[in-house]
Amino acid sequence: MHSQTDPAPADAARLQLADAMLLLQQSGRELPDRNTVAPVVWMQAVIDALCELSSRDPLTGLSNRRQFELALASEIDRVARAGEPALVLMIDIDHFKQVNDTHGHPAGDLVLQGVAQALHECIRPMDTLARFGGEEFAMILPNCPPPFGLAVAERVRTKVQQRAVAIAPGQQVQVTISIGGAFAPQWVRSSAALWISRADQQLYRAKAEGRNRACLEQPTVSLVSAEEKGLLFGTSKFAEFE
Amino acid sequence: MSSSDPAATSPMLAGAPAARRARIMALTSGKGGVGKTILSANLAAALAKRGQRVLVLDADLGLANLDVVLNLYPKVTLHDVFTGKVELEAAILPAPGGFSVLLAGSGLVEYSRLTPEVREQLQQIIDTLAPRFDHILLDTGAGISDVVLYAVSLADDVLVLATPEPTSMTDAYATIKLLATQQQRRAIRLVVNQVGRIGEGRVIRNQLQLVVDKFVVPMLPAGGAPPLLELIGEVPLDPSVREAVQKRQLLLELLPGCAAAQAIEAIAAKIAP
Repeated sequence: MHSQTDPAPADAARLQLADAMLLLQQSGRELPDRNTVAPVVWMQAVIDALCELSSRDPLTGLSNRRQFELALASEIDRVARAGEPALVLMIDIDHFKQVNDTHGHPAGDLVLQGVAQALHECIRPMDTLARFGGEEFAMILPNCPPPFGLAVAERVRTKVQQRAVAIAPGQQVQVTISIGGAFAPQWVRSSAALWISRADQQLYRAKAEGRNRACLEQPTVSLVSAEEKGLLFGTSKFAEFE
Repeated sequence: MSSSDPAATSPMLAGAPAARRARIMALTSGKGGVGKTILSANLAAALAKRGQRVLVLDADLGLANLDVVLNLYPKVTLHDVFTGKVELEAAILPAPGGFSVLLAGSGLVEYSRLTPEVREQLQQIIDTLAPRFDHILLDTGAGISDVVLYAVSLADDVLVLATPEPTSMTDAYATIKLLATQQQRRAIRLVVNQVGRIGEGRVIRNQLQLVVDKFVVPMLPAGGAPPLLELIGEVPLDPSVREAVQKRQLLLELLPGCAAAQAIEAIAAKIAP
């Protein structure tokens, strides 16, 4: 959407991109050949690659926390407007410190990557999976109906439990995860921080109850069923059959 | 305590025993636009007329409009108290009608979320002010947000406001259900606003009670008392209300004899006999 008043695009050749190019090179991101595409096309590719890079966790390749928070904010908007259910899961590797202490930090990194891979296999394309920090991961599951929440969380938990991560030739480590989940609250002008903290509370509960389990916040009973409305207005068949 | 604070100059303060504490009542509705803020302001004025020391706390932290109803646009609001810019005392204002208000101010949108800080500050404010008033009315926001539920949880009594419209009745019912199941409320006051004829409020109350008995009571732990809806008033649909709102004046001051004003005075008489 360029109007005639748009400033001319800057000359790509004169931009000081050395650091950015180095970052992109290290990340293994391929860029189009600078000599064969128009400068504006090449620059857009650089910008896209930098955006992509700034939204990823370098170790696991998952979304990073910043990207997660952006996705969560837009999910809150969507939930408030569309009223669809959405679930956030906070996921923490159990006893991860022991892995680091016993096998060393490089092995710990491999375990983080292995868990990330297992989690990634559980999600749908519309879901957001992020490394939230340390050994903690987070998932946003849009349009996940409350009756399915626990089954989904259990599937994720089992997937990780069944995964053996190779940390050295002939040496494997198995870890478990604890999961806490909370649905976007109905009727509530909520915030990302509140939603995360509700899921976190469930994660603490899962840890306190012995780890390697999923705990979901019990949904509040705010819905008014068709039967209740029928009785309230005395118009439905439910009322007639009384 | 500033000299403009009605509580400071109230003759009732002198002889009041030290242990007295305001009765805290939350006004809530589920649905917005049913007249909650107008009722809060006019009920406060009606209570003040009966010699009560009343504070209205604008607990609709996100989208407060008590200021619009009262035509008060103070420089100092609850927002400044929350951010520590001013002392609580400075934010308590005398309202037309002889009661005090603590206005949220539009800068409080960021407090429409229930953080631990908001929780603590609301609780502290109420604890600080309770000994100085007879009644504190919490004018909550629309919906059943966590802030609304929290504000209600701070109150001794809860008043649910509904109109005869099906949407309002449904939301009022949803509110009552939540209060009964989550906050173990057993006594809930009901006011039906905008009734076409006196007696319609009673019909609506009975219908709501019927649904509560059938659907809410089975959800509660066995053996406890069932939640009881007490109809404490029905306010007729009255064009005077619209007129007062448009003139940004209290109904009780602009058109004190009108049917709606009389109904609100009758509610005050029930609350403070």
